[in-house]
Amino acid sequence: MFMTIAEPALLFVDRAIEDEAPVELPDRPAGGLAVTARGLGKSFDSKTVLSDLDLHIPPGQFVAVVGRSGCGKSTLLRLIVGLDTPSVGSLHLEGEARPGTEARIMFQEPRLLPWARVLANVEVGLGQALDARRRRTQALAALREVGLDDRAREWPAVLSGGQKQRVALARALVSRPRLLALDEPLGALDALTRIEMQGLIETVWRDQGFTAILVTHDVTEAVALADRVIVIDAGRIALDLEVDVPRPRRHGDPRLAALEGRILDHLFSEGGPAPRAARAA
Amino acid sequence: MSAPALRLPRNAAGWILPVALVVVWEAASRLGQLPATILPAPSDVLAAAWRLLKTGELSTNIGVSFLRAVSGFIVGGGIGLALGLANGLSSLSEKITDTTLQMVRNVPHLALIPLVILWFGIEEEAKLFLVALGVFFPIYINTLLGVRSVDPQLVEMGRAYGMDRWTLFRRVILPAALPSLFVGLRYGLGIMWLTLIVAETISASSGIGYMAMQAREFLQVDVVVLSIVIYALLGKLADSVARLLERLSLQWHPAFQAA
Repeated sequence: MFMTIAEPALLFVDRAIEDEAPVELPDRPAGGLAVTARGLGKSFDSKTVLSDLDLHIPPGQFVAVVGRSGCGKSTLLRLIVGLDTPSVGSLHLEGEARPGTEARIMFQEPRLLPWARVLANVEVGLGQALDARRRRTQALAALREVGLDDRAREWPAVLSGGQKQRVALARALVSRPRLLALDEPLGALDALTRIEMQGLIETVWRDQGFTAILVTHDVTEAVALADRVIVIDAGRIALDLEVDVPRPRRHGDPRLAALEGRILDHLFSEGGPAPRAARAA
Repeated sequence: MSAPALRLPRNAAGWILPVALVVVWEAASRLGQLPATILPAPSDVLAAAWRLLKTGELSTNIGVSFLRAVSGFIVGGGIGLALGLANGLSSLSEKITDTTLQMVRNVPHLALIPLVILWFGIEEEAKLFLVALGVFFPIYINTLLGVRSVDPQLVEMGRAYGMDRWTLFRRVILPAALPSLFVGLRYGLGIMWLTLIVAETISASSGIGYMAMQAREFLQVDVVVLSIVIYALLGKLADSVARLLERLSLQWHPAFQAA
């Protein structure tokens, strides 16, 4: 009775690694999902977190949502992936062929199952839809995309923070989602690892064309990655800004810096303290 | 430990002290320092074991005690596990049963022996009931604690990735509760032997405890000591099995990875 939970030994991993057959993907239309919110609001008990929010995100767009902590940006993300339900208004993911399976979220913490090997953790992203062998092949392909296929048999405990987050990214991507919600996934990483992860996220987004919604408190990260930056303040959209800088973008590009300045000014002009000091930081 | 002469297998180090004690004990008996009526020599105890083994008495009694221990453990542990899981997963179940269980828990189960003898006499049911009751609480409490302390972030991840309730239980909640379950298991095994010894000593017509009480009547101190040694060995065996199971199923746990 106590033994049933032990992970099955990954006897076939080596064979699967050699198996270079093209990965069969679940049949679903390519491209991202569009997100439309109308009059969206969310309250917890008597506290209103989001109110009367209108938003349209076209398919395949990379949107960054920034705002001060407690502004409701994470709540918006949780509503989009269905972890919470709206109190008022409506929220639609347009073009979903199989509702509930095409939007994935990546959290600030990796949230890997410590008792499952890396490969089994990635397989969590596939659910029970496929047979075991195909799950394994696809999970390995996803691990290869994040450069960790050689760690498939390890326990999560032996990986570094950045590697764990890459496994979490592979888990989010393995089902080929058409919308990827990122809830400050790089917030806990050191600066160099963070830049590396930003590059990785941008690469897979350009390869796969899903809609990406990145919640972050790092405005530099927002303008470096996103097509569009949305500033949320007190539960509403305070600023909606196009980032019209061609990719690949270079760190320290003056156009990005100018946009970053505008966003920070906006964040701190809304009743916040000392904008100049904050920009220098 | 770095000196080559002292390099023993890691398990052997733990046996140095008990072996030395037995040697000293034997020597003290041989030299007449330790009267056989107080504590017979280890060799006498071994001789008693051989004698009882030949008549078949020893293996019968060990078998009887072992069966009682295991069946009591399965009944009590099974109920404890089931209730612990139910109360950890459902607040309704907990509201209904937890207060009652906490009240019963505060009654020392060995205090029930007179009542149990009135109910069941000295039949097998009495021992089964006492062992099951004793084992129930450590398993129940540690299961409940284990299920409660599951990281809610992992549960949320499971829900976000579309796990149904059964998958969530099997892949997230149960493995997370497992370290705590093993604490309950090992603690329950200790209570199991303790309860059985007391129950067999007070009221039984077979088993190791009965064998010890019979030997006391006839002043066979060697058999009394033998009974105690057998209890110790059985207890150690049960603990070793639990630790082996723990090591096998908690391989992922950093605390067990060095092994």
